[in-house]
Amino acid sequence: MSSLLKNSELTSEKADSIVSETLNNCDDGELYIEDTKSETIVLDDNKIKSSNYTSDLGYGFRAVTGDTVAYSHSNEISEKSLKNSSENLKSTLKNNSGTYNSEIKKTNQKLYKDVDPIESKSMKSKIELLNNMNEYARSKDSSVKQVTASLLAEKKNVEIIRSGGELLSDNRPLVRINMSVMVEKNGRKETGVFGIGGRQDYDEYLKNDNWKKVCDEAFRIASTNIESKPSLAGEMKVVLGPGWPAILIHEAVGHGLEGDFNRKKTSAFHDLVGKKVASDGVTIIDDGTLDNRRGSLNIDDEGTPTERTVLIENGILKNFMQDRLNARLMNTKSTGNGRRESYKHVVMPRMRNTIMLGGSNTQEEMIKSVDKGIFAVSFGGGQVDITSGKFVFNCTEAYEIINGKIGSPIKGATLIGDGPSSLKEILMVGNDMMLDPGIGTCGKAGQGVPVGVGQPSLLINNMTVGGTQL
Amino acid sequence: MIKDQEYLKKIADICLSKSKKLGSSDANILVQSSVSENVNVRNKKLDGSERSENLGVVLTTYLGKKKSSIASSNLKEKNLDELVNRCIETMKITPEDEYNSLPDKDLHFKGLKDLDLYDETHLSNEDKINYIKEAEEEAFSNDKIINTNGSGFGENKSNFLLANSNGFADGYKTSQFTAYCEVVSKSNGSMERDYEYTSKRFYSDILKPKQLGSIAAEHAVKKLNPKKIKSEKISLIFDKRISKNFLSIFASAISSSAIAKGTTFLKDKLNQQVFNSEINILDHGNIRKANGSRYFDSEGIAVVNLDLIKNGILQDYLIDTYNGKKINRKSNGRASGTTNLYFQNGSKTFEDLVKSENKILYIKETIGHGTNIINGDYSVGASGMMIENGEFSYPVSEITIAGNLNNIFKNITLADDLEFNYATNSPTMLVEGMVVGGK
Repeated sequence: MSSLLKNSELTSEKADSIVSETLNNCDDGELYIEDTKSETIVLDDNKIKSSNYTSDLGYGFRAVTGDTVAYSHSNEISEKSLKNSSENLKSTLKNNSGTYNSEIKKTNQKLYKDVDPIESKSMKSKIELLNNMNEYARSKDSSVKQVTASLLAEKKNVEIIRSGGELLSDNRPLVRINMSVMVEKNGRKETGVFGIGGRQDYDEYLKNDNWKKVCDEAFRIASTNIESKPSLAGEMKVVLGPGWPAILIHEAVGHGLEGDFNRKKTSAFHDLVGKKVASDGVTIIDDGTLDNRRGSLNIDDEGTPTERTVLIENGILKNFMQDRLNARLMNTKSTGNGRRESYKHVVMPRMRNTIMLGGSNTQEEMIKSVDKGIFAVSFGGGQVDITSGKFVFNCTEAYEIINGKIGSPIKGATLIGDGPSSLKEILMVGNDMMLDPGIGTCGKAGQGVPVGVGQPSLLINNMTVGGTQL
Repeated sequence: MIKDQEYLKKIADICLSKSKKLGSSDANILVQSSVSENVNVRNKKLDGSERSENLGVVLTTYLGKKKSSIASSNLKEKNLDELVNRCIETMKITPEDEYNSLPDKDLHFKGLKDLDLYDETHLSNEDKINYIKEAEEEAFSNDKIINTNGSGFGENKSNFLLANSNGFADGYKTSQFTAYCEVVSKSNGSMERDYEYTSKRFYSDILKPKQLGSIAAEHAVKKLNPKKIKSEKISLIFDKRISKNFLSIFASAISSSAIAKGTTFLKDKLNQQVFNSEINILDHGNIRKANGSRYFDSEGIAVVNLDLIKNGILQDYLIDTYNGKKINRKSNGRASGTTNLYFQNGSKTFEDLVKSENKILYIKETIGHGTNIINGDYSVGASGMMIENGEFSYPVSEITIAGNLNNIFKNITLADDLEFNYATNSPTMLVEGMVVGGK
């Protein structure tokens, strides 16, 4: 019995019968129902600037035959609306017929508690927390001129009804605590941004005055950047720090290993399974099963339990990340990577927590081995062109390396490279694997989903660094 | 079907009266209804179709200087009751902010709605599929095009009503027809993708399918077998699809929110030379049928035409009520951002720019988010074509381009080829003095 349909005009029985009747002659499909509550409170310029609460309930009805997907979604949950959607799906797929694949793995996986992070902390204490963060950050130094702090919490309950009446469900909490500090000194302005989060109540992230560490880190990055000098431009060696810099792995390699781009043969990796694509010692996984992590899910948005998928093992390309559609067309199984931003969006293969496993080198060794290069500790946004493999990143904290020693901080450095070739340029893999603090959102085809990343320190032989100094 | 004004008004009235009953002193509500239908094809075959119906409300309540907001797509009376209640309860415990208020009544839009922003043309799925298939067929007639990333056609219709407790209540329908074609070219082991995109309020104004497909194919083929170049300081020409991005950056740097907080490199630059004296930037909301046109902003304030940059001098900010109060300025109807933002044409032709120096790098695409509004630093990945002695010679990729916007803005030369294809539009642009990072 669906619990999300409980107070609606649509009964579970009626929904089941429309779903089964519509998907009867299709290869796959489901009715996805989602009830999302979210709350965002922002402190900006010394004031609580906004408190927004959103309640969204809707369904997405999908029918798949061959490689054609018909999708219809609405936030009107009624028999009439669902029947309209059904007619719409049938008219798209009218010339096709298929055989419904009712096989779907079962799981009792519980990677996070069924908590409601919005309700479990009072509005009053959330406002107090933001005010404390603001005051604490401003008290750190007189150079702090602007502070923005925000709290985001979400409770997303999803249900998937498949043909034949099978019902799968997942209740997903998510929180994020963000801090941005602007410092001004000698006429220069720089910002530092830091955040933490995951699939637990706020208080789990606030133990031991942890919010102070969030403020400290944002302030430290801003203060480092205020002393930075313009970045050199040109090809050089790059040492990446552990943790969050793994968004480089996410962009440079991860997207290119998503099933859809490979089925369509538009990824630079599409014909390389079983081949050597990275240096020895490089193992990359996409893991949806880590407790409480931002990118973890009990089941994906098609109902498939998530798993730990090995993408590259010791340099050899092993697997792509699959949803049900691309898996079927490529004669393999879904890896539980079928995700969507909301009921308003179609499912695609998407990453969960993408991680490069640790090796044996120390970060010190890496830095020592570089005559001229940069040490990149943190990145802002990144982007990739799947087809050509080119990716780009903006460093938000980076230092020059001269003769084996870390030098001045540098600003405005952009790293650009080629995914497939930079994997082969990895010279050392560190022994300090670390996961990111829980802040990543991945964008693809206009859809944003929460993801995690992780990696040890890495030494990359040759990357192009963009900057203003020749 | 999108809901009519009467239906939207009914929901707005319910929410406004509930808010008042529960103790708010003021309230503002937006009720929106939209229907969009999209089809995607890949390799000339139907890949997917999508229909979405959306209906939602956004309510902001005030109690003196206290404020809170809720949004929902669940418009059942019982749910609305709960949400309005929640909004009011949250509002009561939210600290006061002296700048919170409804907008100035005198600035409410009261004019005629005669800009032609809605085209009731409806294309059947069949027609949409045929349009976009024809575009892909045209692209595939180029023998270097071997694949597509997918191409699509979308039709979007929406209607909204904005109302507040000061008596404002108005709304209107808009439409948008959009098509894109993204293809993959291959030659000598090099694989590249590129696209063409068209989006207009009226169906009759979008590119014809054959044009869409052939332009996409031409773009993708031109990128094949790129070279990486050495790091150097070199003049850049930005293609129109990239040069307009500098306008968007400029707009975010003069938003009253950034100005009030001091988080922009253009703070305190009013009435000062920001661009060179040849440059004029306008933001005009009253262009018939244009993508960026609107009658009023998200607060109901009439949109006035702004000449933001005149002979290189910054004349105005983009101002909403809240941030306007912080900087002692009245709103100019920009709570929803810019309208039709554009550079006035320059005096050079495209040819003049291409031939202006012996060696120029033509930028067709940038990737990454390397703009820092706070200090003006700009550094992004790029690809394009090398121009030697006035001729396009070879494609270039895997490079970065960097500079500071304070300098970039003063070193712009514009061509005279402005077109109104998007909401933000620029002619082709030459910029001197930026640094390319390469080999």
